Amino acid sequence: MKFSEQWLREWVNPAITTQQLANQLTMAGLEVEAVERVAAEFSQVVIGVVKHIEKHPDADKLKVCSVDTGNGQVLQIVCGASNVVKGGKYPVALVGAVLPNDLKIKKSKLRGVESSGMMCSAKELGMLEQAEGLLTLPEDAPVGETLVNYLQLNDVSIELSLTPNRGDCLSVAGVAREVAVLNKICVTPVHADPVAPRCDDTFPVDITAQQECPRYLGRVIKNIDPTRTTPLWMQERLRRSGLRSISPVVDVTNYVLLELGQPMHAFDLDKLSGGIIVRLAKKGEAITLLDGQSIKLIEGTLVIADQKRPVALAGIMGGEESAVSGTTRTIFLESAFFAPECIAGRARGYGLHTDSSHRFERGVDPALQERAIERATALLFEIVGGEPGPVISKQIKEYVPQRKPVLLRHERLKKVLGANLDASIVDDILFRLELQHVEQEHGWTVTAPSFRFDVESEEDLIEEVARIYGYANIPAARTQAPSVMLPVTESGVTVQRIQNTLIDRGYQEAITYSFVDPKIQSHLYSSNGAVTLANPISADMSEMRTTLWPGLISAIIHNLNRQQSTIKLFETGLRFIRMGNDLQQEPMIAGAITGSALPIQWGKENRNIDFFDMKSDVESIVALTGNTDAFMFVPDKHPALHPGQTAKIVRHTQLNQKDADNRSVDFEEIGWLGAIHPAVGKKLDVDQPIYVFEIKLAAVTQRIIPRFEEIPKFPSIKRDLAIVVDEGISAQAVSDCIRRASTAMLTNLKLFDVYQGKGIDSGRKSLAFSLTLQDRDRTLTDQDVDVAMKEILSTLNRELGATLRT
Amino acid sequence: MSDALEQLVSNAESAIQNAQDLKALDDLRVAYLGKKGEITQRMQTLGTLAPEERKEAGKYINLAKQSIQTAIEARKSTLDLADLDAKLAAEAIDVTLPGRGQSNGGLHPVTLTLQRIEKLFSQLGFEIAEGPEIEDDYHNFEALNIPESHPARAMHDTFYFDDHLLLRTHTSPVQIRVMKNKQPPLRVIAPGRVYRCDSDLTHTPMFHQVEGFMVDEDVSFAQLKGILDEFLRNFFERDLAVRFRPSYFPFTEPSAEADIQCVMCNGAGCRVCSHTGWIEVLGCGMVHPNVFRHVGVDSEKYTGFAFGMGAERLAMLRYGVNDLRLFFENDLRFLQQFN
Repeated sequence: MKFSEQWLREWVNPAITTQQLANQLTMAGLEVEAVERVAAEFSQVVIGVVKHIEKHPDADKLKVCSVDTGNGQVLQIVCGASNVVKGGKYPVALVGAVLPNDLKIKKSKLRGVESSGMMCSAKELGMLEQAEGLLTLPEDAPVGETLVNYLQLNDVSIELSLTPNRGDCLSVAGVAREVAVLNKICVTPVHADPVAPRCDDTFPVDITAQQECPRYLGRVIKNIDPTRTTPLWMQERLRRSGLRSISPVVDVTNYVLLELGQPMHAFDLDKLSGGIIVRLAKKGEAITLLDGQSIKLIEGTLVIADQKRPVALAGIMGGEESAVSGTTRTIFLESAFFAPECIAGRARGYGLHTDSSHRFERGVDPALQERAIERATALLFEIVGGEPGPVISKQIKEYVPQRKPVLLRHERLKKVLGANLDASIVDDILFRLELQHVEQEHGWTVTAPSFRFDVESEEDLIEEVARIYGYANIPAARTQAPSVMLPVTESGVTVQRIQNTLIDRGYQEAITYSFVDPKIQSHLYSSNGAVTLANPISADMSEMRTTLWPGLISAIIHNLNRQQSTIKLFETGLRFIRMGNDLQQEPMIAGAITGSALPIQWGKENRNIDFFDMKSDVESIVALTGNTDAFMFVPDKHPALHPGQTAKIVRHTQLNQKDADNRSVDFEEIGWLGAIHPAVGKKLDVDQPIYVFEIKLAAVTQRIIPRFEEIPKFPSIKRDLAIVVDEGISAQAVSDCIRRASTAMLTNLKLFDVYQGKGIDSGRKSLAFSLTLQDRDRTLTDQDVDVAMKEILSTLNRELGATLRT
Repeated sequence: MSDALEQLVSNAESAIQNAQDLKALDDLRVAYLGKKGEITQRMQTLGTLAPEERKEAGKYINLAKQSIQTAIEARKSTLDLADLDAKLAAEAIDVTLPGRGQSNGGLHPVTLTLQRIEKLFSQLGFEIAEGPEIEDDYHNFEALNIPESHPARAMHDTFYFDDHLLLRTHTSPVQIRVMKNKQPPLRVIAPGRVYRCDSDLTHTPMFHQVEGFMVDEDVSFAQLKGILDEFLRNFFERDLAVRFRPSYFPFTEPSAEADIQCVMCNGAGCRVCSHTGWIEVLGCGMVHPNVFRHVGVDSEKYTGFAFGMGAERLAMLRYGVNDLRLFFENDLRFLQQFN
């Protein structure tokens, strides 16, 4: 809602500055979004009349004009505007004038002809963004008068950002009402006396959609003068409210919309056949709208139709065929009340948003139609003349909204606000808001006026009282922390703890969009189940991520393109996968790394990040669960990952069970770790290895609360064991075998060397382990250990073909 | 003591003093005090003397021996010290060389902001709750008193999947989910991602919100003011002015928007605050009885407040970030500034 301050002050004129007024409106919930001058600043621009025009001797497009600017002064001004005519009145910037953008007017020569001043367009005066030709002033404009005085340009446009509940303030009248309440003064409304009919012409109106349109007023005005133009004062007010002047009839309906808040429409009566029918659209109907676009009507849309076809989208936009044109002599004016529920969402459904639909869907005063049609008739009569007929009025009373009495309890008011407002204060506020109220034992019975259609419950009243009382005047109260101790669980690993682990290992947290490019995602996730947005911002943000990798890899690429040598990113967030009817939104943690293993530094040979750097990061997350043994990295295949560098991460389904024998049976997949497949990298235009992991957060956020175990009293014995096995045998298989072959004596097993090459047969590899053996009840003898080691070695030999490395 | 003996001691002492290393010193020890050393030899000659002379001479030889021993020990400790000094000097390093190893990473500034908000509210007993990001129409709109045709829906620029599934446009649906499962008293904070179909200089299609609400028998608007006032001053660690002005949200009434005095210009007016001196930071209000009705909470017995704030906005103000889009580019040069 945008309006001119002068216009508002005609209705209500508190003794406060523009700045104070703006602040007052904002603090009352009518947020002032902008206050702008209605014209740029300029000086020495006066009204001049063109006395004489001659062709410029040397330029086809220029004219040499004699312009009278008052006080007997006649100036020679060279002008290029096509609309300049003899006898026309235009703004003249005199020599010495300063126009917007610091344009100084000097005496000059144009193609050899002297020019003393400049005639201006609305654009040159900062009144419009675009303007064709000179600003033409009315015939009665006083020559010599400054333009600022004549057009009252010392005015501002105030733009309000109104919340959807305040449809009552979508007019100068509505804002004026509010300003009057805030300043405890009265509104001076404009006169809208009924205009006596000058002819008997009427037009049949029939409402079949009675609930949707409980009131419809119409009026025939015949013999209007289509050659007349909208007076400048009205054009100016429209302009200052952000509307273009179109034609007198349209301008008047727009003016009344701005002034009173009643959207109106004017039809060319000669183009309507038979009568008006307010009804719902039927299947297959279509209409071409004023803006030229043809739309197929959705069944059930409220339309204004004549005997033949729909002629307007009720409350949204008129049709092109029945529109008022430059030759229209007889019009049919419409002033109706459409139920908000039937307009709301409709315009949006057709991709439309108009000043009319904006008001109807928020609500229009159901008692306003008569006043509006009279006001419009009076204005039209003034501008285009004509003979108005009597007002045609159709009303279905039971569907016209009635304000019901609402009980406002004083105790409830105090409870909700937490402020002790005196009854007399509440009483005064209700009175100022024109909310009729009757005092009851514990409060008031309040009935809102027809224009406050937003006030229908006790909460609405509480808000109104608080708003006018001033939120600032409600004291702030402290909230005590509850005296109940909140549980703090130790059997969980917080996401923060996991994040901190990665941070300490050099990772940077990333936050990437949850919707990704389906093309990139298809390289990284092959299964079905991706969910697609019906209305994405763009095609490359149209699919919900099924893995966090697309976002992370895009971020890696972004940073690679900016010459970063080491990139380590992680992200936590949901992934979205549809499984049949079930939509899974699962929290994940994922990482992606590339580049050198360490930041550039001295004294250490730098190398590139490899699989085991990332595996160590994943292991450190797993370690937070206090249950490392429950997790396992299994060689596997994943379409996005390097076939030889991929591990599926699995976890024992029963968290506390550490029984190594059942591993293959009871493990569930919790994530993946590996190098991006080089072919995928190529598709994404990356030629260096990227390592990624992704784990279900839920799998690593449970923790075993530590149970103390007695520290052994007897010394342990360490033995190293280096064996040679076929290179296809995994380290995991070997260590599993060692564990199986050991008695309870084995307390620790660590792999410390992997070797292939000289001294080892090709196709074989050497693995070296450090074993710690321990008996809780006695000191182990060398013989005990020898026996154990012998058993381990023979099992390794039997099961895996391992030999002792010599 | 005989002159010869004195001469011997004197020679020995000067030789010891001149010994340049432990080896030379040890050679001297052997030369004087060793089995065949001069002093030892003199001791051995004592037997040839008369008993009365022997006693006297023995005393002097012993004195000479002691002097030489003392001199050797003194010299030895001097040489030891020099040796250590030399060793230490050789081990000296340039301590200004940078340390080695992995450098730390860091959290995203939005996460830092969310954690900070969570921490401040947890002191007042607020618990963290989460909800799904793909929501249904009911939780995102219907139950929050935003029926199908409500004009507020147009303000939400919703991403849809189909007729009833959408990306949540705010974290307020968490209110519904929590209240359906738990009866008051409730103090809950719900941070998370939200989505609006809007993308330009000042809007990203995804951003973060923190929803908070408190429901109990006597929760008032005055308390809402108090708690947010306190929060904002603690969040910015400044004694800044906060103002509440009437606004509208379908799920709260009375509703308010809270502005803080601009943290960039201290209220003097600048580009960030559009020269108003104020910056809008959150929306809030008293939970609407219709919302309570939807979740089965007795709105006569209980009242509650709710508020919602944008994490990116707060992060921008807190850290002086001037472009919203930076938060989602994940440029290391940006992220590392918050480590």
